[in-house]
Amino acid sequence: MARHVLLIEDEPNIAAAISFILSRDGWQVTTLAEGRTALARLRADRPDLLIVDLMLPGVGGLEIVQALRADPGLATLPVMMLTAKGQSRDRAAAEAAGVNLFMAKPFSNAEIVASARALVAGP
Amino acid sequence: MPFNLLVLACVAYVILLFMVAFAVERRAAAGSARWLRSPLVYTLSLSIYCTAWTFYGAVGYAARSGLEFLTIYLGPTLVFIGWWWVLRKLVRIGRQQRVTSIADLISSRYGKSNLLGVIVTVIAVVAATPYIALQLQSVTLSFEVFATAATEGWAPPDQGSTAIWVAAGLALFTILFGTRNLDANEQHTGIVTAIAVEAVVKLVALLAVGIFVVWGLAAGPADIIARINASPISDWQLQPGRWVGLTLLSAAAVMTLPRMFQVLVVENADERHLATASWAFPLYLMLMSLFVVPIAVVGLQLMPAGANPDLFVLTLPLSQGQGGLAMLAFLGGFSSATSMVIVAAIALATMVSNHIVMPVWLRLRPASAVSGDVRRIVLMARRLSIAGVLALGYAYYAVSGGSAALAAIGLISFVGVAQILPAMLGGIFWRGATKAGAALGLTLGFAVWSYALFLPSFGPDAVISARVFAEGPWGIGWLRPQALFGVQGMDPLLHALFWSLVLNATAFALGSIVTFPSPLERVQGAAFVNVFDADTTAPQGWAPGRAEPEALLVMAQRILGEEPALSLFESAARAQGKAGYLPDPTAQFIEGLELRLAGSVGAATAHAMISQLVGRATVTVEDLMAVASEAAQIKEYSTRLEAQQVEVTRTARALREANEKLTKLSVQKDAFLSQISHELRTPMTSIRAFSEIMMEGDMPQSVTAKHAGIIHDEAIRLTRLLDDLLDLSVLENGAVQLNLDLSNLSEMLDRALRAASHTRPDRTFTIERDLLAEAVFLRTDADRLVQVFINLISNARKYCDAAQPVLRISVRHKAGRVTVDFIDNGSGIANDSQALVFEKFARLTDQNRAGGAGLGLAICREVMANLGGTIAYLPGQGGAAFRVTLPLRLEKAA
Repeated sequence: MARHVLLIEDEPNIAAAISFILSRDGWQVTTLAEGRTALARLRADRPDLLIVDLMLPGVGGLEIVQALRADPGLATLPVMMLTAKGQSRDRAAAEAAGVNLFMAKPFSNAEIVASARALVAGP
Repeated sequence: MPFNLLVLACVAYVILLFMVAFAVERRAAAGSARWLRSPLVYTLSLSIYCTAWTFYGAVGYAARSGLEFLTIYLGPTLVFIGWWWVLRKLVRIGRQQRVTSIADLISSRYGKSNLLGVIVTVIAVVAATPYIALQLQSVTLSFEVFATAATEGWAPPDQGSTAIWVAAGLALFTILFGTRNLDANEQHTGIVTAIAVEAVVKLVALLAVGIFVVWGLAAGPADIIARINASPISDWQLQPGRWVGLTLLSAAAVMTLPRMFQVLVVENADERHLATASWAFPLYLMLMSLFVVPIAVVGLQLMPAGANPDLFVLTLPLSQGQGGLAMLAFLGGFSSATSMVIVAAIALATMVSNHIVMPVWLRLRPASAVSGDVRRIVLMARRLSIAGVLALGYAYYAVSGGSAALAAIGLISFVGVAQILPAMLGGIFWRGATKAGAALGLTLGFAVWSYALFLPSFGPDAVISARVFAEGPWGIGWLRPQALFGVQGMDPLLHALFWSLVLNATAFALGSIVTFPSPLERVQGAAFVNVFDADTTAPQGWAPGRAEPEALLVMAQRILGEEPALSLFESAARAQGKAGYLPDPTAQFIEGLELRLAGSVGAATAHAMISQLVGRATVTVEDLMAVASEAAQIKEYSTRLEAQQVEVTRTARALREANEKLTKLSVQKDAFLSQISHELRTPMTSIRAFSEIMMEGDMPQSVTAKHAGIIHDEAIRLTRLLDDLLDLSVLENGAVQLNLDLSNLSEMLDRALRAASHTRPDRTFTIERDLLAEAVFLRTDADRLVQVFINLISNARKYCDAAQPVLRISVRHKAGRVTVDFIDNGSGIANDSQALVFEKFARLTDQNRAGGAGLGLAICREVMANLGGTIAYLPGQGGAAFRVTLPLRLEKAA
């Protein structure tokens, strides 16, 4: 069974790139361009991994992570956060919110694929 | 003299007046009309005191009652010679409180009471009606004189239709000039000047007839004196009662007649003009009365017995074959009538619209004070009132049959308006006068006047039956209209004057002593009575901070018009040390705003409108202490402290604003780096990801092409961002090279609209432009200016959230500067964000990251600074609005 990832990213080109490389690696990829419907989507689809951008229109990445960590059904979902800001303050805030992996843009494709696999495999 | 030639002369004369008024308003608008506001014009405009009644009627008066006609001039002369005591105070109060009419003065003095405004308005309208009828009658009579003298058998229209045509013509002229401006300001430079011209015409006409009579018909002054001694006029005996009574009456009337108050106080441009008028106006009156007796005497001798002496001015030259002179005399009489009617109609219309229509409208539609177009309502109310006032005058003329002697009708009006005198003098000299007292006195005086003088003037059995005249109502003898309280044998006019004023003043004094003034009345009373003290601006008790400045601005725009309101708010904001158009709603600012609005819609209405937004004013005990005279010394000391305090407060506010801005900026500086990083990394991410995919190879050609396309687009986006940053830094350092040239604003806007149409081309946008105003050549850097326009138009295309988006571009130029406003119909920018939109990366929401980096407006601001102009957010326009201001001709910096 294909592993399922939900990708929330508002830059269409970046979403296209990640979607392309993960699909090629055998993932089933669902993309969202904004954060408002994220939780409903997560509860309905039950993906194996969430990749979310920090800066999103409407509801931001941190808010989504905080909300899903509070939800018993989603508390253990592995989360990778992407950001173009890459400052240490943002990284600390993301980890406090319960992000498993913080990834700065631009990233290498190989790194994304490897990290995604590692997060799903579990510790 | 052919009758139609006469009509032609009238029309030509009115057109001339029109042109004068029009030219003057044009010059005044251009700011080059200083001489028009001279003491001479002011004095001449006061001559509307001399109406057709004076012009024709004085001679008739002299023929009937000898020198008694002089009382009508004696009263005003005394008032003007004693201007220092009363007139100066009235004018000062009028200017300080921005009084719009005599009703407004009374209303404002007694706690901005609209009840009093209504009472005074009613008195004024009722009292003016016979007076206006009198003017219509005089013009009609003079037409008739020419018509009967017409030799060509041209049948003149009957009296009734002449009067109706004259009334309609005057209404039209008054509406055209009195309410032409959408600006609801109460000063009418054009009309005042036209009236000054009419003043000269009537003086010249009367003097010409007089000279003709003395040196043409008689053999010079000696002969005239001999004829006077021989005529019945010299038998005239001075009646001390009437003499004193009429002098007092005319003195009261010159201050309380609505039209006199209009020219004397409301239209006064400079208090010093009064000093000139104090001798020049009595001189004018003296010249007007110089030849009255000679004309009357010669008229009585030469004209057939039974000829109407009211028309000697006209019939004497006509009977001697002096057609040209008669024509001049006719124009003089026409001038006297028209100038009176025009000013009276304007003054009354202002009162009716401010004290009756506006309050009713505000009560019916309280929400519209903020959203409705108040100025159109005000103007419409004034136009209808003008027509209404003239219709009333015509109705009175038609009902009363126009038969009574001219002087009698004029005096009835005088007694009517004299009822305002006690409340007015009491109001400006007596702190203890109260609203209840004033209302009581005015009502009682008005009632007595109506009962004893006005209604009887229609004749027995017209309104009051003959039985009531003889026996009193219900047989009560002491209530007989012309013998109140059993006082018999008194002249009816003096009788009414005496009782109405005595009862009025007594009721006013007693009512004031018995009742207690409200706080606002006490504050206003102090401001009026002590108007000459250095600082009488008493607190009005507005609670600061309750009102949204933007809501106040919207309301002010509805009343004052967009430009004056914006500049008022801008200067208030600057005085507080703030930038932009929105000052803090301090008590002081709201008071100033109220005063300014009062200048347009009257004190009571302005107070009510501000109350709707700010909440009820509460005057505290401390406020009242401050206006009590006992506290004067303490106050003087505290005023000085207060001045320092104000200075300190202003500085503190400026510092606080600067600090807030710096703090926000510092947060933004941090954000700036983070933003730069974000804006650079985002396209970088796509480029890196897709180039890695392409490096791996073995992809179909079509996929590779698509990926390369993305890389290409993102590279362009990076370049554009870097260009913007570079542009901004060049502009900020002022190192920019400007290409100054003459360019057409309209073409620049065309270019910008074309370029901006690529932004969200899916949206259909309605653009409203004013091509006429845009047709102007600017000396500026066209490319840079177009860059600013493109930015503003694309922003509107991006962010305007209306379903049917409309962008209005309006252009104005004045004083060598051009403003271009871009106003859309979206939801606009929130108050606290307005100051930030011009900062770098200040994209307000993440909602619409339509590709820009948030540098557009920052660049615009720098471009405009380089072009010697500004760009600002314009609040209160019902959408996002930006104003670009730049010089018409930009000179290269030396």
